[in-house]
Amino acid sequence: MTPSFLIILLLALSVFGYHAGRRRALSVAGEADAPKLHSRPVYYGILTALWCGIPAMILFVFWLAFEPAIITNIVVAEFPAEIKNLQESRLNLVINDVKNLVEGNIVSSETKTWLQSAADHYKDLQVVSKAALAVIALSLAIICALVVWRKISPQLRARNHVERIFKYFLIACSTFAIFTTIGIVLSVLFEAVRFFKVIPITDFLFGLDWSPQMAIRADQVGSSGAFGAIPVFMGTLMISAIAMLVAAPLGLMAAIYLSEYADIKIRAVVKPLLEILAGIPTVVYGFFAALTVAPFIRNTGSLIGMDVSSESALAAGLVMGIMIIPFVSSLSDDVINAVPQSMRDGSYALGATNSETIKQVVIPAALPGIVGGILLAVSRAIGETMIVVMAAGLTANLTLNPLKTVTTVTVQIVTLLVGDQEFDSPKTLAAFALGLMLFIVTLVLNIIALFVVRKYREQYE
Amino acid sequence: METNESTGQKGFQTVGETKVENPRMTCRDVNVYYGDKHAIKHVGIDIGRNQVIAMIGPSGCGKSTFIRCLNRMNDTIPRCRVTGEILLDDTNIYDRDIDVVPLRAQVGMVFQKPNPFPKSIYDNVAYGPRIHGLAQNKAELDEYVETSLKRAGLWEEVKDRLDHSGTSLSGGQQQRLCIARTIAVSPEVILMDEPCSALDPIATAKIEGLIDELRTHYTIVIVTHSMQQAARVSQRTAYFHMGDLVEVGITDKVFTNPRHKLTEDYITGRFG
Repeated sequence: MTPSFLIILLLALSVFGYHAGRRRALSVAGEADAPKLHSRPVYYGILTALWCGIPAMILFVFWLAFEPAIITNIVVAEFPAEIKNLQESRLNLVINDVKNLVEGNIVSSETKTWLQSAADHYKDLQVVSKAALAVIALSLAIICALVVWRKISPQLRARNHVERIFKYFLIACSTFAIFTTIGIVLSVLFEAVRFFKVIPITDFLFGLDWSPQMAIRADQVGSSGAFGAIPVFMGTLMISAIAMLVAAPLGLMAAIYLSEYADIKIRAVVKPLLEILAGIPTVVYGFFAALTVAPFIRNTGSLIGMDVSSESALAAGLVMGIMIIPFVSSLSDDVINAVPQSMRDGSYALGATNSETIKQVVIPAALPGIVGGILLAVSRAIGETMIVVMAAGLTANLTLNPLKTVTTVTVQIVTLLVGDQEFDSPKTLAAFALGLMLFIVTLVLNIIALFVVRKYREQYE
Repeated sequence: METNESTGQKGFQTVGETKVENPRMTCRDVNVYYGDKHAIKHVGIDIGRNQVIAMIGPSGCGKSTFIRCLNRMNDTIPRCRVTGEILLDDTNIYDRDIDVVPLRAQVGMVFQKPNPFPKSIYDNVAYGPRIHGLAQNKAELDEYVETSLKRAGLWEEVKDRLDHSGTSLSGGQQQRLCIARTIAVSPEVILMDEPCSALDPIATAKIEGLIDELRTHYTIVIVTHSMQQAARVSQRTAYFHMGDLVEVGITDKVFTNPRHKLTEDYITGRFG
């Protein structure tokens, strides 16, 4: 019995359980001098169905999760002694051979008899396991459903049970998201710790030199490997700063126009148009930066006699700023609209003009929210990857000149991990350290931003 | 002046004394439309100098809409159209070449819900004088703030904490702060749109006492839901019903001897 067929069968059983539960509820309620049902009959049906399906499903998931490991262990236990005592990494290769044999794939070594018998055994065990799973899961479903079905009586608080089960289900969904986040953080953290075992954390945090190429052979020249993150972070900060210099004023002014001056017709056209900017894939912004903006800046620079590199921080920053405009403008628009009309009325009633009201009442009142929105935009800019991969450089220059090439954290992570890499050299592990730092920086920014925004909300509620 | 386009005649005859001698404001045949809705119909009324005139009537009768015409606050509402003539000291405030900014300094407004700016008490009161450039220096500005807060009866309560946020005050104090803010730009007329409806009885009593004192310097138009309040603070009363001005007269007379059936029904509590 294949797993998918088993699932369909379990679902069918649950549907059947629903009807059985509901019918029993109706029949016990229909008896002479039976008390009134505690819940509506539907809930008795749902409760039976849930008890029929959920325990069996959980068993199913766990079974499939642990089945391969258990079968492998059983098979390994029957290997010849000299194979069993191999190093773990070599043993894994043998196990892979067995699995390939089972799947009918090409095997790396010639097939030995013990290998073939192990594969046969593996196959047998799989068949047995599948059958056992089907039997156990189905009987579990039927037993649970029967127990609940037997317990159905007017006093059974079916609705409360069902609601509790759904509550646990919702809790499980939200914890799933949280645990995924924790898992991602931990995976980055462990790799970063491995990196810091090779390169001291102080060298990484305060080093001024970034050149992650390391010599693979002793006689290789010129690749010593230096992992000072400061030039990389400076590059990120500079490009983000340029982006924010573009996005913050433009976005804010656009938001002010849209929420305070534009009449409904213009707003209905302009706002979606602005939001189209947010829908452009970042890789397209990357083309735009690399093929249009960067050459334009370089040509303009050479006209006035300045030396502009073709992958300047300015080009990447400008385009990233344009990308972030809708982000800033729609967040600012929201907070400006949240300033109560009574504030504006109060100001108008004192004879203030539109612009005085905006400058002195609306913006100050909305400022914390605007700041929060801008901080969120900054963390977006810092984490942005595609534009800088295409438009910013690879050389980690420690410079404040926006016309020079700089590199960013995200660009370095991409270049360190792209292609065939061994995952135990500091060069590759450095990507995780950079990722961890990036994560911490954006996390702190987001926390500050959320804190500011929340404080702002309390002001009017 | 426009008359009713469809019939060419007024739909409703206001009873009582709509005219007074030497009025501060004069309204003639004022109509307000929200889109297609005719919210105020052919209203004509005088607003006397240094008097309190109360606007009463059931919810949705148009009294708030009407007083918002008096300083053109309805301009901020899209699809709202006002016709007719409103004179402030013989100038039509709806004339094309009238600038609403100085007008609103002349005709101030206090709103239903206290709406102090999220600034300090000082800055709240100094806001008007600052934007109109009334004070030459800090000392003059201080003077404006102190006088206004004194007139609004709030000075003693807040003089030691002028730097605190205006929103930290109690509801009644906030409303008096809003009155002080309005007074600070030296208006001639103060419009009050149900100024006490969000306040407790004690704060209400304070505001009512204040309105009585303010009458010596300003002309006051107050919209109120409470007939007792109208009777306590006003000299004249106007009764609105479904966008019509039904009756205007001396407050005592309107309450003791209403001439129109609708007014009588309302003040005797038969509806509204």
